Amino acid sequence: TREQAYPPILSVYPSRALVDEAFKVLVENLPPGCPVTVHSLHLSEDDNYWEAYGHYISDHRGSVSVSEDVSFGGTYTGKEPMGLLWSLRPVPGSRQGLRLRKMNVCTPMLVNISVHCGHLVEAFRDQTPLASVLTERWYMAPGVKRIDIRERGMRGTLFIPPGPGPFPGLLDLWGGGGGLLEHRAALLASHGFVSLALEYLTSGEIPTARLDYNYFEKAFNIIQDHPLVTPDRVGIFGLSLGSFVTFNLAAKSTIINPRCCVCISGFHCHPYRSMGEMIQTNLNKLHVDENNYQIWRDMSLPIPSDISKKVDMGKIKCPLLLVCGHDDQSYPAVELAEDIAQMVHAAGKDHLLTKVFYHGTGHMIEPPYSPHFRATTFMAKTKPKVILLWGGQTKPHSDAQEDSWKKILAFLQHHLYSTPNPRAKM
Amino acid sequence: MDKKHCVKLSVQPSRALVDEKFIVLVQNAPPGFQMTIHSLHHSEDGHSWEAFGHYTADATGTVNVSQDHSVGGTYSGVEPMGLLWSLRPVPGSKSWLRFRKMNVETPMEVAISVYQGHQTVFVDQVQLASVVAERWYMAPGVRRIPVTESDLTATLFLPPGPGPFPGVLDLWGGGGQLVEYRSALLASHGFASLALDYLTAKITLKTGKMVENDYFETAYKFLQEHPQVSGSRIAMMGLSFGTAMTLKMAVYSEVMKLSCAVCISGSHVQPVNGSVEENYVFCFRNSKKVCFTEEKQAIYRDLLLPVPTDPGMKVDVGRLQCPLLLIVGEDDQNWAAPESAQDIKEMMEQAGNSHLLTLRSYPNAGHLIEPPYSPHTRASMLKAVHVNKMVVVLWGGDTVAHSRAQEDAWRKTLAFLWENLYGRKNSAVTSMSHL
Repeated sequence: TREQAYPPILSVYPSRALVDEAFKVLVENLPPGCPVTVHSLHLSEDDNYWEAYGHYISDHRGSVSVSEDVSFGGTYTGKEPMGLLWSLRPVPGSRQGLRLRKMNVCTPMLVNISVHCGHLVEAFRDQTPLASVLTERWYMAPGVKRIDIRERGMRGTLFIPPGPGPFPGLLDLWGGGGGLLEHRAALLASHGFVSLALEYLTSGEIPTARLDYNYFEKAFNIIQDHPLVTPDRVGIFGLSLGSFVTFNLAAKSTIINPRCCVCISGFHCHPYRSMGEMIQTNLNKLHVDENNYQIWRDMSLPIPSDISKKVDMGKIKCPLLLVCGHDDQSYPAVELAEDIAQMVHAAGKDHLLTKVFYHGTGHMIEPPYSPHFRATTFMAKTKPKVILLWGGQTKPHSDAQEDSWKKILAFLQHHLYSTPNPRAKM
Repeated sequence: MDKKHCVKLSVQPSRALVDEKFIVLVQNAPPGFQMTIHSLHHSEDGHSWEAFGHYTADATGTVNVSQDHSVGGTYSGVEPMGLLWSLRPVPGSKSWLRFRKMNVETPMEVAISVYQGHQTVFVDQVQLASVVAERWYMAPGVRRIPVTESDLTATLFLPPGPGPFPGVLDLWGGGGQLVEYRSALLASHGFASLALDYLTAKITLKTGKMVENDYFETAYKFLQEHPQVSGSRIAMMGLSFGTAMTLKMAVYSEVMKLSCAVCISGSHVQPVNGSVEENYVFCFRNSKKVCFTEEKQAIYRDLLLPVPTDPGMKVDVGRLQCPLLLIVGEDDQNWAAPESAQDIKEMMEQAGNSHLLTLRSYPNAGHLIEPPYSPHTRASMLKAVHVNKMVVVLWGGDTVAHSRAQEDAWRKTLAFLWENLYGRKNSAVTSMSHL
């Protein structure tokens, strides 16, 4: 028929976007009532294929709008404008425990979006799609500058927003997996914060040395000293072990005064010299699930009441946002956050603390639309390789990533941009 | 209160195609704060272009360029895209410049900034905030393929995907060169588009001879035979002298079976049995009919007036068998496009094929009807092909009306191509809402 002779028209708008921006995927010019599969495909930097897909039916005009229509099957169901990204998972046949992480933030993540005839569940790469387009997802907004920092013994990367400044600053700390992860700092700079992604553990190394807080204080000073930064508007952003560092700095440092702190999936109780010692001491509480993935959470329970074994969170002096998942399987993040809340309350400082907890959400709470990984390889250089269960169910975890990011940005905007410094001299 | 901290500036989306709208937003300013929002672009040929609007923050300290009034600057009123279409060379620039991106593989970068107060001079001013917007001619995945087969000088732009795609043969005008940006943009919207240099082609530079009519047929066959092009769905599009070629081929070529044609700012007046060279000479001779303004800008529109009655002197559009979209600016000072359009309409009505004609005539628009938000050039320096001197040519158009015409003409062009090449009936298409 004449209609079948014409190909469908597929579009993604915007075709180039920041990773935390939504897009609209639209298919037009289909026959009416036509079942189609909309599919996304991404080849990661470490050469693994990730895919997601949804099953749709075109309307009387021959259109499918992923933002407005319901997916009836696939890696996501229901009305999910961004499901093609957050439900990405390694293609069948991939290795276990893969994690999707962009290491080179100067180039975009490329995602191929295509539309296929019928409701497919497999072998997408063997079928020629009806149409396909490419979309770019960027961590760096145009004009953001990336600068290697190798001074005073630091190893990190500084991201500076475009414009004359001055800007507020952020020290960005990741977790015990180590290495230099730039993607969140790049994204924060794209939202107007000078951000320093700091490496404090080499990838693959088990943290054995006592953390040197002087190192973090120096990094914080480097941000404050930068000519484009307002020195009394610098905060700290941590995840996991990075949160632990943040709690210590916020409660104990006499050298630095963060303006505010964001801590995701944190723990304030780690009375061990290293992760290795923690595991040795609590081997009986280290469980594995049916796939032999390690579950660490019970090793941190019960939370000691002895304050000498914890960071005394009653001593914090600045606003703190805590973000945790109820289904965190590596740390009992919610119980730990409630313990922090008690200490803060006892010190009469409730006004400084905001806690946000999410059901069905695991440990690795990343920027929005990042694929959820329930378990990944951790500290790959150990033998045998360890796969840690982070927890979370994909849909609620993805909702939490989206919602928490909005709250985090609003919190940072409020404390670092809007409010006058409560300690400023009049 | 520390003002520098308050002002937050954003452009959404920060990376976009050149025909897509953006939203420029200023937040956290003191309520009632007077500011200037400024755009700056450094072009490939080393010139600087700027535009600006004067605003006042509302009670929440916000200015939204898409919703608020500019009370002065290079544009006024509610103009979401005024920071682009009203771009003009900065004071002190050379005269008679024209904005054209020749390298379509990189984006046009525009710095958008906020200044305190209602400023008109920016050289020594301190910015409160500044961001960068990228404007792209090529969507991600569009492939750019130089073409040299069969002595063609052309560039093919293919959309991403398996195809096959309908094709467009894309011609510019009397200035010659291989101009790619419209083809790149068409490919970003699903058309395999071939930008064709037919006046300064390598073969012409080598032999000194202009191409013949069969050059266009060769280009058409190249598209038709390309594995990723649907051979039975090919359109031709021309601007200015490119219109003359498009109409000639659409009506007289036995090889080219076009699905539709788009003709911008051109004329059907030409010796119908003429070669390309004869057509060219015909359009640009008659120099005693060239008028000059007080500023010595050349007005060429009278060269093809009056519209002849002799059928041997105009393309017989009564024989046209495919839909035709004619776009003209009523203030075109370079070609007598409106008069030609009127005559085309009458000829087609008499011949009974006027149902094929869509005519969009824009009051106060000039000759150079470019993709949307391109800065309007009322007059610029041109070196006409085979004439060894530079002339300042008056193109015409009043900036505001011309810019609106560019926006509307492009939407109509895309809708026309989608309808005729993709069979897409509904022209008020959802996916165009951001254009």
